[in-house]
Amino acid sequence: MGSVSPGFTGRRRGGKDLPPGQYLTHDFPVLSAGPTPHILPEHWEFTVTTETGGVSRWDWAAFMALPSEDITKDLHCVTRWSKLGTDWRGVSLDTLLADVETGADYAMAHSYGGYTTNLPLEDLVDGQAWVAYEYDGEPLHPEHGGPARLLVPHLYLWKSAKWVRGLVLSDTEDLGFWETAGYHEYGDPWKEQRYAGD
Amino acid sequence: MTADEPTYLDGNAAAGAMREVFAVDITAATGQCAGCGDRGAFAEARLYVDAPGMVARCRRCDDVMVRVVSTPDSTYLDFRGLTYLRIRTPTT
Ligand SMILES: [Zn+2]
Repeated sequence: MGSVSPGFTGRRRGGKDLPPGQYLTHDFPVLSAGPTPHILPEHWEFTVTTETGGVSRWDWAAFMALPSEDITKDLHCVTRWSKLGTDWRGVSLDTLLADVETGADYAMAHSYGGYTTNLPLEDLVDGQAWVAYEYDGEPLHPEHGGPARLLVPHLYLWKSAKWVRGLVLSDTEDLGFWETAGYHEYGDPWKEQRYAGD
Repeated sequence: MTADEPTYLDGNAAAGAMREVFAVDITAATGQCAGCGDRGAFAEARLYVDAPGMVARCRRCDDVMVRVVSTPDSTYLDFRGLTYLRIRTPTT
């Protein structure tokens, strides 16, 4: 399945760009399962921990020194809203994982505030995932996950962990916050994988 | 098998007690946070509902006490964050 290109195919977006069971929204709803963490960039860090316990670490300055990309992607929330053509700036996970030696198949994203979500490692590489720190040309607001959030737009938005602080890589698939409470372990919006067993 | 091996019933035997519990109003219950030990009325928990599920957090330490997810055919309950939930039963 190809990714959904924002492209210049006209303004008649909707229809074919909307996965089954989704409706189009133009605002940006804020979903939160807890209080919003307010993390100052100088206190922020991002770590990748491998299955053998190796840790790679970036503080804000090191993170900002990495090559970044402009990203335009459609977002699909499991609560049924979709927002098309959103603009972000962030660092590709390909960049962050380039020097990480791992044979792991799975990753658990961990956030400030305690949130977790699980993803196959192969869904985080090959230009499919970023740690994003700007939205619409502005620093990412805390309510949308700032200072930085995971962005994995080909999966339902709960996989794009807000306030991300690291990845823990593993040979086994453990389940994250929503996945342990009835949500689908993978969450492909085009296959409408909302709940466990879908 | 030794004589002092504990015996157990199958889970169906809990049906009566569970029916009683889940029929009551949870807002009248009290509980203890497994994170910090705070005891209080469940009604004082901080409930987050603009989310894929409902999350009740401790008023003192913000730890998750209860999660409820409703799917089209099921309800998932997670009470791991509570040491206990005390529900008063009607005295007859
Ligand atoms: Zn507590």
